[in-house]
Amino acid sequence: MTFAAVSAVTVTLLLTGIFLAIMLNLNKAGTDIENDVEVRVHIKLDTTEAEKEQLKKQISSLPEVESIAYSSKEQELQNLIKDMGNDYALFEQSNPLYDVYIVKTARPQDTPDVARKIEQFAQTEKAVYGEEEVKNLFSFMKTARNIGAVLVAGLLFTAMFLISNTIKITIFARRKEIEIMKLVGATNWFIRWPFLLEGLWIGLLGSILPIAAIAVGYYYVEQALSAKLAAQLVDFIGYLPLVLPVTALMLVMAVFIGIWGSFLSVRRFLKI
Amino acid sequence: MFLSKNVTKGNESVTYSFHYDKTNSAIMFCGQAERVHKPPELTKPGDEMIDMKGVTKKYPNGVTALSSVDVTIKQGEFVYIVGPSGAGKSTFIKLIYREEKPTGGTVTVGGVNIATLKRRSVPALRRKVGVVFQDFKLLPLLTVYENVAFALEVIEEEPAVIRKRVMEVLDLVGLKHKARMLPTELSGGEQQRVAVARSIVNNPKVVIADEPTGNLDPDTSWDIMRLFERINERGTTIVMATHNKDIVNTLRRRVIAIENGRIVRDEQRGDYGYEA
Repeated sequence: MTFAAVSAVTVTLLLTGIFLAIMLNLNKAGTDIENDVEVRVHIKLDTTEAEKEQLKKQISSLPEVESIAYSSKEQELQNLIKDMGNDYALFEQSNPLYDVYIVKTARPQDTPDVARKIEQFAQTEKAVYGEEEVKNLFSFMKTARNIGAVLVAGLLFTAMFLISNTIKITIFARRKEIEIMKLVGATNWFIRWPFLLEGLWIGLLGSILPIAAIAVGYYYVEQALSAKLAAQLVDFIGYLPLVLPVTALMLVMAVFIGIWGSFLSVRRFLKI
Repeated sequence: MFLSKNVTKGNESVTYSFHYDKTNSAIMFCGQAERVHKPPELTKPGDEMIDMKGVTKKYPNGVTALSSVDVTIKQGEFVYIVGPSGAGKSTFIKLIYREEKPTGGTVTVGGVNIATLKRRSVPALRRKVGVVFQDFKLLPLLTVYENVAFALEVIEEEPAVIRKRVMEVLDLVGLKHKARMLPTELSGGEQQRVAVARSIVNNPKVVIADEPTGNLDPDTSWDIMRLFERINERGTTIVMATHNKDIVNTLRRRVIAIENGRIVRDEQRGDYGYEA
């Protein structure tokens, strides 16, 4: 039965830990993307150099704008080829792209506004930003976070219930001892603390496996995936910055559910 | 012994001292060996030990176990509680160590009102009241010594004091030589003697016994009764619920008879009054 309680803690913490690792990374990805939201101003093809300068001044004068950078259509094509592969080199013969200004706002949430304003300018063909993608990502993350919170709460509850039951059985076997302790004048704390200690051990024992799993597992995941993502704007959280807080939290949770689980079950038997 | 200092805390006094230890040829600092256990002195013989006024106990299932019970038991008394089964004897006993709370009236034990006693103060009361039961209530996995020591460990007494006190009471009940045995290796009478030893190990002012001879043959019952007498002689109040006609009629003491939850008779040196 102690095994059951320990494995309950193990499963709970393992799922919580994995979930936390995913959530924290999603959060980071979200922030990365958010910070990277930019308005790409497509400049009309027939624009002269002087008009480009004027457009640049107009954009720069918008108060929300933080920075503005120019990228010619040749550069744009080179970027495209780099990202998408050499097939796109065909377009070198007839470049279909626009020269662009890449505009960044000081605050990400101003992006839509700025884009709308820039579209009013004469030499702007189009001002695009990853509106839909960003919105989708954020709403997905919100849902994921809510589902995760419910899952974690449920898991914690289950683990606590199992620990509580295990200890109840232990105590049930020792209720005669407790009765006698009470008869000879033991205080409740005197009776309680060995059981709390037992709960603590169950918690700690149950946390070994999940902590090891997260510590080792994330090492490989991070190694494998961050290499693939190296070129993208999102990146995984580094090994230590993730593993340290997550395992620390798991440890705290293990101790908490262990002690609280036994506290709840002893309580019933201490009522006179 | 030199450089000694006496510290009094609560009802015990500790003398801390340096002394020359012959076996170790060294000067030792010693606190515990000098500790003296004084018997509790909150009440003197003749003072009210247990006082019940208009006590009613109605259980949640509707059974009224006691109704309007008035009784006073003085320090140093030896009282039998007799009466038919289900008359309320056990409830009477349980009220004294606050296993149950009265639903009406007041129960005072050594000046403490049980009815209003806070739950966290119950342990303090239990330390003043020793309890002995028909089924001994010994812990089967602990030795005789450990069972008795348990009552002192629970109140976090010093190990040296525990050793001394436990051996003292085991000597008193005549089981010093069986200290290392398990309860299952003892006869019923011996087990009850262990229970008695446990009930008095922390010097309670009153010992409550619920049918202590109920499971014992007549000879062993008398052994236990002699033990209770000796404890009573040292000034400890004894309240004992019993069905044992011979004992009550031979060892004449105060008899309180309870029937249908009421005290129907209360006599000094009374007799059992029922057919066994």
